[in-house]
Parts: sequence; C-alpha cells; structure tokens
Amino acid sequence: MPAPPASTHGDAAISIESVDKRFGAFQALHGVTLRVDRGEKVVVCGPSGSGKSTLIRCINGLESHQSGRIIVNGTELTSDLKSVEQIRRQVGMVFQSFNLFPHLTVLENLTLAPIRVQKVAKAEAQERAMHYLARVKIPEQAHKYPGQLSGGQQQRVAIARALCLRPEVMLFDEPTSALDPEMIQEVLDVMAELARDGMTMVCVTHEMGFARSIADTMVFMDQGRIIETASPEQFFTWPKEERTRAFLSRIIGK
Amino acid sequence: MAISKTGGWSDPRVRGAVYQVLAVGAVIAVGWFLVANTIHNLSTRGIVSGFGFLERPASFAIGETLAAYSPADTFGRALFIGLLNTLLVSALGIVLSTVLGTAIGVGRLSVNWLVAKLATVYVESVRNVPLLLQLFLWYTLITQGLPGPREALHLLPGVWLSNRGLIVPAFDWTSLSFTVPHLAGFNFQGGVALSPELAALLFGLTIYTAAFIAEVVRGGILAVPRGQSEAASALGLSRGQALRFVILPQALRIIVPPLASQYLNLLKNSSLAVAIGYPDLVSVANTTINITGQAIEGFAIVMAVFVAISLALSALMNWYNRKVALVAR
Amino acid sequence: MSWLRKNLFSSVPNALLTLLVAWASWRILPPLVEWAFGRATWFAGDPAECRAAAGACWAFITTKHRFILFGLYPYEQQWRALIASALIVGLLAASCDRRLWDRRLAVIWIVTLFVAGVLMLGGIFGLPYVPSEQWGGLPLTLILSVVGIGGAFPLAIVLALGRRSRLPAIRALSVAYIELIRGVPLVSVLFMASVMFPLFLPEGISIDKVLRAQVGFILFAAAYLAEAVRGGLQSVPRGQFEAADALGLSTAQKMRLIILPQALRAAIPPIVNQFIATFKDTSLVVIIGLYDLLTTTKTALTDPPWRPYYVEGYVAAGLIYFAFCFFLSRTSQRLERQLDTATGK
Repeated sequence: MPAPPASTHGDAAISIESVDKRFGAFQALHGVTLRVDRGEKVVVCGPSGSGKSTLIRCINGLESHQSGRIIVNGTELTSDLKSVEQIRRQVGMVFQSFNLFPHLTVLENLTLAPIRVQKVAKAEAQERAMHYLARVKIPEQAHKYPGQLSGGQQQRVAIARALCLRPEVMLFDEPTSALDPEMIQEVLDVMAELARDGMTMVCVTHEMGFARSIADTMVFMDQGRIIETASPEQFFTWPKEERTRAFLSRIIGK
Repeated sequence: MAISKTGGWSDPRVRGAVYQVLAVGAVIAVGWFLVANTIHNLSTRGIVSGFGFLERPASFAIGETLAAYSPADTFGRALFIGLLNTLLVSALGIVLSTVLGTAIGVGRLSVNWLVAKLATVYVESVRNVPLLLQLFLWYTLITQGLPGPREALHLLPGVWLSNRGLIVPAFDWTSLSFTVPHLAGFNFQGGVALSPELAALLFGLTIYTAAFIAEVVRGGILAVPRGQSEAASALGLSRGQALRFVILPQALRIIVPPLASQYLNLLKNSSLAVAIGYPDLVSVANTTINITGQAIEGFAIVMAVFVAISLALSALMNWYNRKVALVAR
Repeated sequence: MSWLRKNLFSSVPNALLTLLVAWASWRILPPLVEWAFGRATWFAGDPAECRAAAGACWAFITTKHRFILFGLYPYEQQWRALIASALIVGLLAASCDRRLWDRRLAVIWIVTLFVAGVLMLGGIFGLPYVPSEQWGGLPLTLILSVVGIGGAFPLAIVLALGRRSRLPAIRALSVAYIELIRGVPLVSVLFMASVMFPLFLPEGISIDKVLRAQVGFILFAAAYLAEAVRGGLQSVPRGQFEAADALGLSTAQKMRLIILPQALRAAIPPIVNQFIATFKDTSLVVIIGLYDLLTTTKTALTDPPWRPYYVEGYVAAGLIYFAFCFFLSRTSQRLERQLDTATGK
C-alpha cells in the first residue's frame, strides 16, 4: 500500500469550500464545506436524497459544481479538462454497482488504465495488478471474467482496479449496498486494512459498525447540507443535532 | 393435475391432437381449392407447369451484366445474371452504408452541438420519406440534371460523373495497374462504368440504409450502462480511449443483431431496382414471368433465393452471437 | 458564451468542425433560400413563367395539385375523395391520444372506414359510381395503409399465438408463414398478389387491382406485426399466466382478459413503427400500375413542359410523407414513454 507522503500534517488532501450543486431546478448541495486531511478517514452518512453520493461524485469531477471551490492535493477542480484529468490521476473511486468491464478479464480490467493513462509498461502493469489482487486476497481469479465472480469478489476487484493507479485518495460510494449480506464483510475487511495502512478515504456507507471502527470523522448530511461533523465517539454517543439523533435512532435502533 | 386416463375432451393431449388435425386440415383444404383453380386456369391459358422453361432461350437483352450474356442464352442464365446484379448492388451498398451510418451514428452523440444536430436532421429526413421517392429523385437528378459526358463533372482523378453514369478507373489484375478512363468521341473509354440506374440505386440505398444503421449504432452505444463510462472516466481514460476500449466493444455485441436485419432490409430493398430499370433478380424474374406465363415457378425461384440468403445470414449471426457472448457463470 | 465554448469549441478538432460547418452553411444556405423562396414562382398556369424566374417552380404543385392529390378520380367528384381522406386523417390524429382508447374507438374506426369506402366507391345515395381503378393519390395511400394494418392485426395475433403454441404442427405453420414472408421483398409479394390472385380464383370471378394490392399489404404486414405481438407476449411476466390459471380462468379467458391486453400494450411502439413502414411502402404500388401519391407525382412530371421541375415535385411529395411519418414516430416515442411510466419501469 502506498505510504502517505511525508509532508506536514494539516495539509488538506481535499478541500471543499461552499459548494453548490444543482440538477436543473433541484438544488442537491447547499454551501457544503468540508476539509479532509492526509491520512484522514471520513465517513459520510445520511438519509437517501441527502446529497452524499452527489458530494463524492463532485470530488473527482463526475458531477460538476456550480459555485464554490473543490481543491484536491493543491489542484483546483475547474471546468478545464486538464484539471479534471490531473485530479482523477490522484483519486480512486469505487462504485456501488462495481462497474467492472465485463468483456475484459480481471487482469485486463486492472491493467487497462495504468497502461493507457499512466503509460506504464505492460509487464510492470501486470506485476502491479497481481500485487493488488493479492492484497484483496483473490490473486487466483486474475484470468477469469467478472461475470464469473461473486458480488463480493467483483467489488474487491473494483477496489484493486482503483488502487492500481496508486491514488492518494480513495472514494467509496456505498460500496456494499449492492451486495448480499454474507459478502459484505469480506469487502469491509479489505477497506479496513486500507484504512489501517494510512490511505486517505472518503466513504459513503450505511455500515455504522464499520464506520465506528475506522472513521476519524463522521459527517451527517441531510437535504444537501452538512448538519453535523464529529468524531465517532461523540457522533454515536452524544450527537448534537436533533436530525442526527433521529437518523441514528432509525438506523441503529432497529 | 392427473392426466385423464380415459381420454375424451378434457384430456389436453386429445384436444391438442384435434386442434392440429383441424388446422392442418383447414390449410390443406384451402390449398387444395387454390391449387385446383390454378391448374384449371393455367391449362385454359395453355401454360405448361414445371421448370423446363429454364432451358429455353430467353430472347430478351439485359442492360448490365457481370458475366457474359446474350439473348440467345437460357432463362436460367438470365435469372443467374439478375442474381449477380442483386448481389453486386447489395454488397456494395452494405459496405458503403455501414461506413456512412457508423459515422453519422457516432456524430449524433458528438459533444459538438452543430454536428449532432446536423446528423439528427439527416436521419429524420431520410427515414421518414419512402425509399422509392428518394430513388426517383436521384435517378432523375442523374439523367436530367447532370451534363453529358463531354461536360462531365471531374470529381477526383480518374472519376467522372455525367448523365451517362459514374466512371471510375479500372483495376487490372494481370498487370496490377489502374486504367484511367479518357474521353473519346461522345463517351468515355476504359475504366469501369456504373450506369445511371446502378449509380442511382446504389446511392439511394446507401443514403437510406445509413440513416437506419446510424440509429442502430447510436442505440448500441447508449445501451452500454452509464456506469461503464463513469468507471472509465474515474480511471482517467480520455473520451476517445473510453470509447475504444470500453464502450464500443460492448456496444458491438448489442449492435450486431439489428445491424444484420438492416443488411437484410437493404438486400430486400434492392428489389426496387425494377422501378428504375436496373436488371436485378426480381426485375429479370418479372420479365421471365411475363414472357413465359410461369408465374408460380418464377415466384418460387425468387422466394427460394431470398429465403436462402436470409437463413444464411441468420445462421451467421447466431454463430457470431455465441462466439462473443459475455462469459458469465 | 460558455455554452458556445462547451458545445462548439471544446477542443481543437471540434472547433475546426464547427468552422467547417459554419463556412459550408454560409455558402449553401443563402442561395438555397433565394432559390426556394426569393425567386420562386408560386402560381402560374404556364411553365414559361417559371423558366423566366429561374427560381423554384412551386407553380408545378399549385397547378397540378388536383391530379397529384387525387389521381384519376373524376374532377367533379373529388370532393368525395377529399372528405374520405380528411375523415381518415382526423381519426388517425385522434387515435394518437391514449385517453381515447376503448371499444368505442374501434367501432368508430370500422364505421369511418366503411363510410370512406362508400364515399369513394359511390353507386348509392345518388353518388356516381367510381371504380377502384380510378382511385389514386392521397386517399389511395391512406386506405391501403390503414386497411393494411387494420386487416393484418387479427391475422398477426393468430400467427403470434400459433408461433408460441406447444402443438408442433401449428407452430410449424406459423413459423413457416412468418419466416417466408419476412424473407422476401414487398415488391415480390405485390407482384405475386397482382399476378397470382386471378389464377387462384375460379373462372369468372375477378377481383380488382386495388383489392389485390390491399390483400398483398395485409398478408405482408401480418408477418411483421406477428413478430411485434410475439415480443409483447414474451414481455408479459410468467406470474401473470400463473395467477390467471390459479384463479381458474379458461385458456380463452386468460388470453382475452389478462395476457393479450398487456402484451398488446407492450407491443404498441413496434406496431406504430410498422404502420409508418407500411405507409411508406404504399409507394411501391407503382410497379403494379396503381396511382398512389408518389406515382401521381411522377406521372404529373411526365407532362413535357413541366419535366424540368422534378426537384420541386419530389420535395413536395416528400414533405407530405415526412409530415405523416414524423408525426407518427413522435407519437410512437411519446406512447413508449407513457407506457414505461405506466408500468412503473
């Protein structure tokens, strides 16, 4: 796992400042401000429609914001394609529906971007791919097609695919929501190990037990606004806001 | 649900057998009625049934032939010439319309607003007007609108367009060189000439079919799940790289079946040649039927040929589908 | 300004394309508009006026419009053809609104077609008899396509059900018919209908050319409609069949009340598309000597003084076809969207 660069703490990996995002007439994000430090793990939660997925997708430019600033590792995200490309080189993304390329083998899925985008030599790309497949504990599946793997295995391949680009930040958009219950844990284990090795992570998830164990900061969003930001202990035992309490009681009180 | 052992109307097997006997019986009865009338009518007109007429001399000329033919040749040979003409215009049409259609289909998805709108205008105008109308327009444009060979339009080196058709250089296989046509007297010598009929038919078929192929290609690209292009973007692939490595390979699987059916449509549409005077299979068969009166046999031959080609194309496509099917457990 | 940047000039190749298209438009459009409108002649009995003006000769259309629209139909009786056409077009437009679909609409259609047929044919109510050989132009195109699809519908349902039948003989017959007809060009089917129907009938009985062509269209469209209905049947979830069986419905009731309504609703877009195709296909009757809208246009152009104005003629006819087909295809897309949301997809 790539070690976090030896720079000063307090260097923001991601800085989101007063970001607004509209879909036509509907406003998905209202003046969202968030700062993620290097090596920090942030978990974003909230009811559906709160804008948490939209926020994550704005960070790597899959959605464009109308006002405010988003700065990743010192590069500001603008409508200029160059800035988008540079940021995507440093940010890895894992989707809820895996989005593996079904017509390519697992190995080809992992080596496509390093070879085509980072101009890495084929042999080195394959070595890197096998290394990360081993990290997610499924090296023997390298020559299978995604359709032949279980959901949990596919999502682990998706994580390995993002890691093959050696990103500084990893974004997770509800990575386990599409999985059968018995496969959720294997994916969470991989994510926990990533966290322990010092990766900067922003994660949208409903898995509160997982959040509690790995998060440095919990963020609660509702209706496009950040309602509360707190450490896990404070967030789960003594939430300040009424809406946070209501949400937690619905999720955990079941 | 126990099958009634005693048979009778409540037994589905008995009912099924009765229905089939009734259906087949009805078809046979109607067929018998039609056949009896036909035999009677044919005999009163002095027409002999059977395929013997294929050996008789055709005694009509055919304007364009890919192989040697004279009016002294048999009807069978004439039909064969017609078939070659059909295959020629279909093969050329398929290649040209695929190239044009793919370009337009991708153009409709272009980021450039002007290009996308132009492609849309093209597709909507061509698709909503009958092919025959377009063929008449191109044919009349060529025969009435273009100048004579002496003032022919010089489009490219060695390529001339006039109201006598399109002339392109001929490729000589023995010497592996091009023979460039040149004007001699009232017309061109050398080179390969596409008659106005063939040129109009080919041009019209290409333009028309390309519009439908454009929609098939566009539909195929749009049918690839959005998550695929998002994942490709998130990995940093450029739009061109995403198209080439992720979108198009998956789109091809979706595109091939409807694309094959468009090719079949082009083949069937080539039969409109009869309306502008190009001697394709249907046109020659029609002339043959008019001369010999052997309508049943003539139509049977035409149907057999077209159905054979359709089945061959279906089989080819099924093979291709199985070969590229996404591997799943 | 940013819209311009994003959509037209987002990259160097795009900018070049935009400039190319802009330059081509500047060269082509002004002269074209000048020809089509500026110097055009709209009304003139004499083609010499068109030659003098050197613009578009729309006078060809205005002078010959009665022949183009109604063909050989007797001049004084053309009001009948006009009313028949208006009835059919009006009912077509009304049928595009889903809210009006019910049993009454089907009855209205049958009555309207009957009335249109009586108007065109005459012979009763003091209307002079006009044989179908003299029908032509827009009314003929409308009648051939509407009756073609309408008549093909029952046959298509029978074929689709037959193709899905478990009884081998019935399935074989259906498959043979569908694949045979779908494999051959419409031109061949029309020729066959035109030449072979007289042979099929007992001596003495003859059927007129329009009827032969109409049956040809019906038989042809039925094969394609059958595939559309079959697609609709396949999209009905198996659970519907099982629920109907569990309720004790007979096969006929199950089909009539539960399965076919759902199947036909799903099949509406391909059915409308087939109607558009049949509407365009009516132009093929030129090969068996009938005078549809395209043939009348082409024939009008054979009048020597008007021969040079074929572009105007074909463009005008093309616009009529375009108007119908474009409107119908938009309706088909709208219906598809409405049906998707109705089933909650």
